[in-house]
Amino acid sequence: MTTIDYNAEPLLHVEGLKQHFKISRTYTTKAVDGISFDIYQGETYGLVGESGSGKSTTGRAIIRLYDPTDGKIIFDGHDISGKLSKEDEAYLRQNMQMIFQDPMACLNPRKKVKEIIAQGLQIHHLYSSQEELDEKVNRILDKVGLSREHATRYPQQFSGGQRQRIGIARALVMNPKLVIADEAISALDVSIQAQVVNLMKDLQDELGTTYLFIAHDLSMVKYISDRIGVMHLGHIVETGTTEEIFSNPIHPYTRSLLSAIPHPNPIVEKSRVSLEYNKEKEGVDYTKGTVHNLTKTHYVLATDEEFEKWSKIAAEHPDVF
Amino acid sequence: MSLQKRNKDERVLSIRDLNISFETSSGMVKAIRGVRMDLYRGETIAIVGESGSGKSVTVKTIMGIMASNGRIDSGTINYTFTNENGERETVDLTKMTQKEIRYRFNGKHIAMVFQDPMTSLDPTMTIGRQIMEPILLHENVSKEEAQARALKLLEEVGIENPEKRFKQYPHQLSGGMRQRVVIAIALSCNPDMLICDEPTTALDVTIQAKILELIQKLQKEHNIAVIYITHDLGVVAKVADYVDVMYAGRIIEKGDVNEIFYDPRHPYTWGLLASMPDTDTDSKRLFAIPGTPPNLLERIEGDAFAPRNPYALAIDYKAEPPMYNVGGKHRVASWLCDPRAPKVNPPEQLMERMKKMRTESAKYDND
Ligand SMILES: Nc1ncnc2c1ncn2[C@@H]1O[C@H](COP(=O)(O)OP(=O)(O)OP(=O)(O)O)[C@@H](O)[C@H]1O
Ligand SMILES: Nc1ncnc2c1ncn2[C@@H]1O[C@H](COP(=O)(O)OP(=O)(O)OP(=O)(O)O)[C@@H](O)[C@H]1O
Ligand SMILES: [Mg+2]
Ligand SMILES: [Mg+2]
Repeated sequence: MTTIDYNAEPLLHVEGLKQHFKISRTYTTKAVDGISFDIYQGETYGLVGESGSGKSTTGRAIIRLYDPTDGKIIFDGHDISGKLSKEDEAYLRQNMQMIFQDPMACLNPRKKVKEIIAQGLQIHHLYSSQEELDEKVNRILDKVGLSREHATRYPQQFSGGQRQRIGIARALVMNPKLVIADEAISALDVSIQAQVVNLMKDLQDELGTTYLFIAHDLSMVKYISDRIGVMHLGHIVETGTTEEIFSNPIHPYTRSLLSAIPHPNPIVEKSRVSLEYNKEKEGVDYTKGTVHNLTKTHYVLATDEEFEKWSKIAAEHPDVF
Repeated sequence: MSLQKRNKDERVLSIRDLNISFETSSGMVKAIRGVRMDLYRGETIAIVGESGSGKSVTVKTIMGIMASNGRIDSGTINYTFTNENGERETVDLTKMTQKEIRYRFNGKHIAMVFQDPMTSLDPTMTIGRQIMEPILLHENVSKEEAQARALKLLEEVGIENPEKRFKQYPHQLSGGMRQRVVIAIALSCNPDMLICDEPTTALDVTIQAKILELIQKLQKEHNIAVIYITHDLGVVAKVADYVDVMYAGRIIEKGDVNEIFYDPRHPYTWGLLASMPDTDTDSKRLFAIPGTPPNLLERIEGDAFAPRNPYALAIDYKAEPPMYNVGGKHRVASWLCDPRAPKVNPPEQLMERMKKMRTESAKYDND
C-alpha cells in the first residue's frame, strides 16, 4: 500500500470552479456553482450526489472539455484553468484520462477495438515498436477481462458492460497520473466490477495512480475511496474521509442519500423506508452557506443556524441505515 | 409480494429453447443457448448474470431487434395480449419482423427502456416532443392533453422544472436525466409488458428508489408484467418476485427472489453473491470470480462454468447439466444438484453473509 502524503502539494487543486451553461437569453443552468477540493497523489476521491448535481460536468471541466466559467484548476503544478498553452495541453492530454459515463457516445463505431485502445499511445508516441504496442493493448484487454478475440470487433458488437470495459482499457493503457472515472463500472456485473476495482487498486499501489471516482453505488464508493465529496445542485455540500461521511453524516442530503442505499436482502429491502430531504421545504439556500469544519478533513456547507440544527439531529439520530 | 400460484391464462410471455448467434470476422458467436422463460401478468422477473451472458440480446429479441450480423437459430417467443376485439391472442414474435412488432406492439403493448439511453433518444429533437410523440401516436388525444401528460410524467420521474426541461435536447441533460426521459417515454402509453435494461444504473439511490416505486405503483394499477435486467442486487432484492441467473447464454439458476438470495445453489450464483461489496465490506480486496468467461466462438462442452468452478465434478467437463428441480420454484442447472453428487457448501464468506442476511431479515419477518 502506498501511503498518501496529505502535506504535499495536491495533484489536483480545484478552487471556486463554476461551469454555467447558457440555455437561452433568460435561462442559465448553473451546473457547477463554485466548488473547491483537492486530490492528493495516490488517493481516490469519490464524488457522489444527486443525478444532475454536476458531477460529470465537474469531471469534464477539469479535463477541459469545457471552458470553465470561473475558478482555478491546478494539475500537478500546471495551471490548466485558462487558455491552455501547447505544453500544458499536451501534458494534460497525456497524464489525465477520463472514463465516460456513456460508453457508446465516445467510441468510434468505425474503429476496431484494438485501434481505439491504441490511439492514445500512438498520438503521444508511447511505444517503440509495433510489438510493444500490440503487447500493451493485449495486456490491458486481458486485465479488464476482455479476450484477444474481442480486439478485432467493433464497439457495437459488444454487450453494454464489455463496451464499458473498452473505455476503461483505453484510459488505463496510458498510465495516466489522474483518472476521472465517471460511472466507470456501473454497467458491469458485480464480479467484473470487483475485477476492475482490484485492477484500479493495483495500479494505484504500483504506480501511485490517482482517481476521481464518480459513482452512484455507495457501497463501492465506500470501498474504494479515501475521501468522499457529496454534491447537490452544483455544490459540494459535505466532504470528509470515507469513515467520517459514513459514520457521522451531517448534511440532510448526505443523510437521505445514505439511507436510500438498497440492501441486497429481499425481506429487509421490501419493507424499508428511507429518509426524505427537500431543500425547498427546509428553506436551504446553498449560496448562503459557508464551510463549517468538524475536523481538518470533514466539512459541511451550511449557515451557522443550519449547522447547529443539523449537527444536533445527527447527534440524536446517528444511524441512517 | 405477488407470489401466488401462477394462472396459465395470465401468461404474457413464454420463451422456449431460444438460440441466437452472431457472425463475426473470427467466426460464429453462440450468444444465446436454449433460453426458457415465462412471465405472468403483474409479476416482476429480474435477469441477472455475467456481463456478456446474453441478457440484452434476449430481451431485444422480444422487441424484434436484431443486429444485422445476428440470427435466431431456433426457438419461439410466444406473446399473449388482448387484441382490438377484446380477445386474448397469442403470436410468436420470432416469426414477425421488427417493423411488424414495432407497428403492432411497440409502446402500447410492450415498452422497453434500453441500456444505453443515448441510443434511444433522438439528438435532434427536444425531449418534450420525444415524450409526446408516442402518446399522440397511440392515443386519441389532443396536442394539449399529450403535452400535459408528458409534463406530468417528467415530474413523476423526478425531473424538476419540467417546463424548462421540455424544450431541451438530450445532450443538455445529465446522464441520469436522460435515463429518466427514456423511462418516461416507456411509461407514456401504459404498456402491459415493460422491459427495463439497466434502468437505474445512472441514477443516484434516492431517485432510483423513487423510479422503482413509480414503476411498482403503475405495475399494481395496470397489472403490468415487468422484466428488469440489472447488476444491482439491491435493486433485485427490492423489486423482483422471481430471479433468472444467466451465464454464457443460458439460464443456470432460477427461482423466487428469496430462494435465490437465501438459498443459492449454483456455484456461479455463489460467486456473484460473494463478489458484491456491502456497506460493511472492509477487506483489502474484493472477491472476483477467478478466470474468464468461456469463448462463445467455440463449442462449449459440459457446464460452461466448469473451468472457473472450484467445485467442478468430472462430469461437468463432459456433459451439460439438466435443470434440476430443487423444490418450490427453484431450478438449478448444476450437476451438484444430482442426488449422486457429493454434498458441498457455498464458500465460507458467502455462508457468513447469508447468515447475517437472515438475522437482519428476521427483524422484518413478522409482517
Ligand atoms: N452541454 C450542456 N448544456 C446545457 N446544460 C448542460 C450541459 N451539460 C450538462 N448540463 C446540465 O448541467 C447539470 C449537471 O449535469 P451533469 O451531467 O454534470 O450531472 P451529473 O451530476 O453528472 O448527473 P448524473 O448523475 O445524472 O450523470 C444538469 O442540469 C444538466 O442538464
Ligand atoms: N452484433 C454482435 N456481434 C457479435 N457479438 C455480439 C453482438 N451483439 C452481442 N454480441 C455478443 O453476445 C453476447 C451477449 O451480449 P448481451 O448484450 O446480451 O450481453 P449482456 O448479458 O446484456 O451483458 P451486459 O451486462 O454487459 O450488458 C456478448 O458476448 C456479446 O459480445
Ligand atoms: Mg453524470
Ligand atoms: Mg446488456
